[in-house]
Amino acid sequence: MTDIRNKILKLIQHNAGLSTRDIAVMLGLDESLVIHTISDMEQEQIICGYHTIINWDKTGDERVTALIEVKVVPQRGEGFDRVAERIYNYEEVTSLYLMSGGFDMAVFIEGKTMKEVAQFVARKLAPMEGVLSTSTHFVMKKYKEAGTRMEQQKKDERLVVTA
Amino acid sequence: MKNPISDKVMGMKPSGIRKFFDIVSEMPDAISLGVGEPDFDTPWAVREEGIYSLEKGRTFYTSNAGLLELRQEICRYMDRRYHVSYDARREVLLTVGGSEGIDVALRAMLNPGDEVIIPQPCYVSYVPCVELAGGTPVTISLKNENQFRLTPEELEAAITEKTKLLLISYPNNPTGAIMEREDLEKIAEVVKKHDIFVISDEIYSELTYNSGHVSIASLPGMQERTIVINGFSKAFAMTGWRLGYAMGPAAVIEQMTKVHQFAIMCAPTTSQYAAIAALRDCDREVAQMREAYDQRRKFLLAEFKEMGLPCFEPYGAFYMFPFIREFGMRSEDFATSLLKAKKVAVVPGDAFGDCGEGFLRISYAYSLEELKVAIGRIREFIEELRNSSPFG
Repeated sequence: MTDIRNKILKLIQHNAGLSTRDIAVMLGLDESLVIHTISDMEQEQIICGYHTIINWDKTGDERVTALIEVKVVPQRGEGFDRVAERIYNYEEVTSLYLMSGGFDMAVFIEGKTMKEVAQFVARKLAPMEGVLSTSTHFVMKKYKEAGTRMEQQKKDERLVVTA
Repeated sequence: MKNPISDKVMGMKPSGIRKFFDIVSEMPDAISLGVGEPDFDTPWAVREEGIYSLEKGRTFYTSNAGLLELRQEICRYMDRRYHVSYDARREVLLTVGGSEGIDVALRAMLNPGDEVIIPQPCYVSYVPCVELAGGTPVTISLKNENQFRLTPEELEAAITEKTKLLLISYPNNPTGAIMEREDLEKIAEVVKKHDIFVISDEIYSELTYNSGHVSIASLPGMQERTIVINGFSKAFAMTGWRLGYAMGPAAVIEQMTKVHQFAIMCAPTTSQYAAIAALRDCDREVAQMREAYDQRRKFLLAEFKEMGLPCFEPYGAFYMFPFIREFGMRSEDFATSLLKAKKVAVVPGDAFGDCGEGFLRISYAYSLEELKVAIGRIREFIEELRNSSPFG
């Protein structure tokens, strides 16, 4: 069973758009089993969501992404979770990780402009209880996201027919 | 002026692939399922090692047989994967692709008039290489109902006093057929009984989908009469690096190395360094590629079944070999009209021997998205053929 789960996960990890029929055929399984297994994994929150990787630069829609290194004071009894929750509840926060090393939390923010991101940091993040300091880095270019290269459409350079 | 070309070469038929290549090349917007090489890039660890060897200025010849370090790595790999032990110093030769290994083995082993048994359909170079080496090719027409495996009866019937060699290739290009241990054991018995040798082209050995590949050299009494040809092209997606290897009894490898030395000197140095990384660090990538091929294979098999196109289930390589005789067209005509009508290129089966007539070779070294589009068009094409048939 875990084997089937792993096979399905590996297949949809980089292509969430595969139909259950295709998954069933490619893995030699019954389609109903595939549907069941996926729905079970959704219920158990093994599968937490489905997203689309978008290169916004090509849409003319301005977006900025920033990585903010945050140092925090862990709260008694709740460690970092309480501060984390306060941070991730903001919709602007796209990813939040607890880190080892020189700072405690890596916060990824997406905004329309640099100003918008700066204001978020200045007004909401920095003054937050438990937050000691922030350090903001803007993303200049995305090369690869979630395992997908942003500009990968390589031409097939193989000879068209070979023995 | 005298004819500058030898009679032997003048008499050789150009490869059927070549002819079809020329037609397809004139249709730049066609989708091709005609490619005989992986669609994956060489794993980055391998490319990086190649780059590093260039940075280090490792741009000289290696020994004729190839880097000892690489030969040792190959021996460990052969032992680990296929349970055959070779002596890295005396029983391994690095070649320019598996193709050179086959050519050199034939040239080192054949006397004029020696017969070489070649089961077909097979890779296009076997017959011409035997002829160039002065041997006489004796072909066996393998059968669809045997899933294109060689049977001991077929082999027995082809053997004469002049038979020197059997040249087999499993997993097979173009059929995708494999030979399981029991199949090979029966062949080995016949080979030993008649005291002939085997050249076993195992270039697709990493690409099997039901059980692991079995090398005929691993069977009792066979290592001493088998030359195994393998290489990096298919397993590690390294076709352009041109690197293969031959393994066999020291006495044969020594003579093959002589021929190789005079013709080639040594296999490309950069490729040899990169190949060490392939054998050491790429098991995961190889497994991932195998898994992807298997998924596409199952997809195509299901599609063929749905459109009623008969095709035995191939367990190896990355080819399907469907049977198209119901349409009453020659393979070449079918492929040509499919190309013209739907802009999908497949290779006519008879390019791999006369007995491939009535079949097509369809490669699945393409992304699933590409395969879906191409298969959709093939489906349209055969539905149109069926509807237009006067007997339909």
